[in-house]
Amino acid sequence: MAKSALLKSSLAKKYWMAFTGLFLCLFLVGHLAGNLQLLAAGEGARDQFNEYALFMTTNPIVRVLSIVTFASILFHVIDGIILTVNNRKARPEGYVSFKPSTNSKWSSRNMGILGTVILAFIIIHLINFWGQMKFGGLDDTVYQTANGETVKDLYTLTIRTFQDAEMGLIWAIIYLIAMIAIGFHLYHGFGSGFQSLGINHPKYNTFVRRVGVGFAIIVPLLFAIIPFYIYFVLEKI
Amino acid sequence: MNLTLKIWRQKDAASKGGIQTYQLGGVEPDMSFLEMLDVLNQELIDKGEEPVVFDHDCREGICGTCSLQINGEPHGPDRGITTCQLHMRMFKDGDTITIEPFRAKAFPVIKDLVVDRSSFERIQQAGGYISVNTSGNTQDANSIPIPKDKADAAFYAATCIGCGACVAACKNASAMLFTSAKVSQMALLPQGEVEADRRVLAMVEQMDKEGFGNCTNTGACEIECPKGISLENIARMNREYLRASVK
Amino acid sequence: MGVLDSKVPQGPLAEKWVSHKNEINLVNPANKRNIDVIIVGTGLAGGSAAATLAELGYNVKTFCYQDSPRRAHSIAAQGGINAAKNYQGDGDSDYRLFYDTVKGGDYRAREANVYRLAEVSGNIIDQCVAQGVPFAREYGGLLDNRSFGGVLVSRTFYAKGQTGQQLLLGCYSAMNRQINRGKIKSYTRHEMLDVVLVDGKARGIIARNLVTGEIERHSAHAVVIASGGYGNVFFLSTNAMGSNVTAAWKVHKKGAFFANPCFTQIHPTCIPVSGEHQSKLTLMSESLRNDGRIWVPKKLEDAKAIREGRLKPTELAEEDRDYYLERRYPAFGNLVPRDVASRAAKERCDAGFGVNKTGEAVYLDFSDAFMRYGREAVSTQKIENASEEQIRELGVAVVEAKYGNLFQMYEKIVDENPYKTPMKIYPAVHYTMGGLWVDYNLQTTVPGLYAAGEANFSDHGANRLGASALMQGLADGYFVLPYTMGDYLANDIRTGPISTDLPEFEEAEKNIRGQMERFINTKGTKSVDYFHKRLGKIMWDKVGMSRNATGLKEAISEIKALREEFWKDVRVPGIIDGMNPELEKAGRVADFLELGELFAKDALHREESCGGHFREEHQTEEGEALRDDENFMYVAAWEYTGEPADAVLHKEDLVYENIEVKTRSYK
Repeated sequence: MAKSALLKSSLAKKYWMAFTGLFLCLFLVGHLAGNLQLLAAGEGARDQFNEYALFMTTNPIVRVLSIVTFASILFHVIDGIILTVNNRKARPEGYVSFKPSTNSKWSSRNMGILGTVILAFIIIHLINFWGQMKFGGLDDTVYQTANGETVKDLYTLTIRTFQDAEMGLIWAIIYLIAMIAIGFHLYHGFGSGFQSLGINHPKYNTFVRRVGVGFAIIVPLLFAIIPFYIYFVLEKI
Repeated sequence: MNLTLKIWRQKDAASKGGIQTYQLGGVEPDMSFLEMLDVLNQELIDKGEEPVVFDHDCREGICGTCSLQINGEPHGPDRGITTCQLHMRMFKDGDTITIEPFRAKAFPVIKDLVVDRSSFERIQQAGGYISVNTSGNTQDANSIPIPKDKADAAFYAATCIGCGACVAACKNASAMLFTSAKVSQMALLPQGEVEADRRVLAMVEQMDKEGFGNCTNTGACEIECPKGISLENIARMNREYLRASVK
Repeated sequence: MGVLDSKVPQGPLAEKWVSHKNEINLVNPANKRNIDVIIVGTGLAGGSAAATLAELGYNVKTFCYQDSPRRAHSIAAQGGINAAKNYQGDGDSDYRLFYDTVKGGDYRAREANVYRLAEVSGNIIDQCVAQGVPFAREYGGLLDNRSFGGVLVSRTFYAKGQTGQQLLLGCYSAMNRQINRGKIKSYTRHEMLDVVLVDGKARGIIARNLVTGEIERHSAHAVVIASGGYGNVFFLSTNAMGSNVTAAWKVHKKGAFFANPCFTQIHPTCIPVSGEHQSKLTLMSESLRNDGRIWVPKKLEDAKAIREGRLKPTELAEEDRDYYLERRYPAFGNLVPRDVASRAAKERCDAGFGVNKTGEAVYLDFSDAFMRYGREAVSTQKIENASEEQIRELGVAVVEAKYGNLFQMYEKIVDENPYKTPMKIYPAVHYTMGGLWVDYNLQTTVPGLYAAGEANFSDHGANRLGASALMQGLADGYFVLPYTMGDYLANDIRTGPISTDLPEFEEAEKNIRGQMERFINTKGTKSVDYFHKRLGKIMWDKVGMSRNATGLKEAISEIKALREEFWKDVRVPGIIDGMNPELEKAGRVADFLELGELFAKDALHREESCGGHFREEHQTEEGEALRDDENFMYVAAWEYTGEPADAVLHKEDLVYENIEVKTRSYK
């Protein structure tokens, strides 16, 4: 019983949701740390970012982590869909009048919609950068590493994307919208993850809640600043 | 007060129901919500119509029989009370009040506003007890000292009246607050700890079987719970279940 | 001894139960599997009996009209449960609990039963704690106690103001364990409508499925009635809306004697009636009297001013207040037993000192308690130079921790803040001491038919002490019936399953169906509630807190006339074969209309005042109850012979060998 309990039960689905969600929070921190390097200006910026990109694509530990990240996203999405479908089934006949706004926060009730927006964004984001890195599009800009290898120049790709005369600002706005969605998703998801894993104690709840709110505001905000910074502030290349 | 009442009417479980509108005058602010329905029913009987059927019994907020989704909220707009404790002074003259049954797959409608909550019974029967026999030959009550804060926490979990408002309020029709309250009460006490693993696994399994939704931690249940059962209980159950299932 | 044999065992009082248990027949475990027991009602008495009988191995079927056994009205008991544990070391003992209960019951209870109750009381607490009932505890981790009306020791165990709920949930969890094992089959939303006798023995019941309307036959080797009391005969009471006398009344009509119906408890601390629309009354735990002081204004003009809203109670000076309980009963003060407190409130209100619009309310004031607890808090928290306001606030916090839920309940209903202005209270019908006559084994006058809890008459005499109902219900169910029923069932091990095709079942079902059809087909002009309210008014006005011969005679004829009118003019909408609460109510009110008459007849015949029964003709000069031990120290058990008016009286004389019968004084 115990084994199937950990795979099939409603609670198990919640654990996986929480576990993958919280892992993805960690991923966001790592990703943000890398991206913030884009705010740097001057000659060294390109070298620094590309070296970082190289490290991220070649280091075996990072590679494993990136696979885990992709798996987590996939799992989080599939699990989320299953949960949503189950939850719909649990109330086949709805209310004529239903006022959930009186008893719960908007973000907590719309994790599915927020998640869908985020998923769409992830796809766009991957096409924009990861796809370009993997499957061409960067042939005109290559970067010579310290070891003398030639790799694709992700820095230039990024800066050009957001400095594009036609699309640059649009991209920035799309990214902003996505970051707002992530913000709301985190606003509920961070604390919710702890609750689902059973981490709830009157002594520490306030702390967890504050960290969650801080995380939900600061992380997406910093992410969202980058495209606008590149478009408006950074020297054009 | 004069009110417009929009009430769900449904002949029986098999029939299709719908909202019917009634006008009701002479409602006093000191009346309880159910007394207001009594007045409506008296009028319906006098007119030769069938009265509205709703669940109720103790009318003092402890038996957990009364239900009703009132203007989109279980037990109506007031907090910390059941429908029978809701008073008409919460409403204004001329208000329109929508009254529906609690909705969930696991709470099928029996008639009008009455739903079948036996799914709750089956969850409790699956393991919501401590397996001691009732011979009375147990040890002296004071031979098991229990820290006051633990005993109090167990008590607060045990004050659940099983009304189903948590399910009704939840956008997912989840029964986590109810189930976790029972699990918590027993898990917090040394008497119940012995079979805590078995209990939580069995009760959650039954809860899933009944077709309740999953908890997404919106917290609506805690707000709407007439007894203020805390979300902490859900976290405790999550913990208990995780511990039991990895063992 | 007449036809009533109490079957009290011989021997010294303290040894009766033990020796009885040693001597009675047992059923061996293999045979128990072949024996079925039906239990009607799943409150503390029925639920605990079901759990234990199933535990022993019998096949149990339980019936309740609610949608879950957990919703039985035992759940509403607030204050606590008594047990002679003497954890406080204040001199408590089985004997003292026995003594207090007999005295509190005004010497109208059977000694041996009450002693047994006291004897098993400690076991109940052990049992409940083992089941996980979260009683209140002290910081040391041990159980806490409080005191209740009518006694001088602290022996009441409690779980805030929700003791009944916690005990019932404990009992229900024991039931659930047996349901899970398949030993109890729980029929919810089912109402028992008749008992079936085969060869003079109770062999089954007729029940209606309240969802489908189906009339069902269920057979068993014995039947237990644990369906609670009949306080709803007054329409307004603290009972649940569905609480009814039908099960008890139907077995009475089949031969079980009904004892002391006039012994009804009017509880002093209820929220006063607010208007015509009122459907029920709400009680607030008697435990409030531990800290609250009851008063009315001393001067009639002040009372009048308060009633008219010109004066606030908080504005009235201390010397203008009449703390009438403290004045009349200095030894017990606000903690006199319920009947005494209720009558005293009525006396003051009748004299014109009532404090709400209808003149039927007295004050329950916590302002002294706020200050007293506040000063205590100041000294324990070592606060210096605390202001009056600060002290009061600290005291309010203590009171809130103790009674917060009750204060909140009051505020929700009355819309006044009880921390700022004193609460208004008035007595209301609460509990019925009378009920089915049972012997020492809790068997009625019908073989194989048992009655437990409030449904029987046994342990509380003419007045029940606070926190004793829960004790009695659980004692009957957990520790008495499972033994005593075995004695009877031992003769049934060869009987085998009882067929529900027997003509007796057919006949009973036919009668029930006939009654239902008559309700539906009468197509009169008045609703069931209309009749119930009128019955309630007759009962409250003439058979209520104080009674006299003229009023009782009027009540008897008025109830009879009302009953005839009911059968001619009731309107029951809807159908038989489906859910129909009006039809359910019609059946219940039909029975109340018969019981009400017997109730008044019993009150008329009892020419004395005792406990909850107060006859105006029988009082002392100071207005205290005047008992007549010479002529009325007996249980009045009524035999049904066709009409309530023709009921035949049988007397079971009460003999007190271990207790000195005294005038009950709380001065």
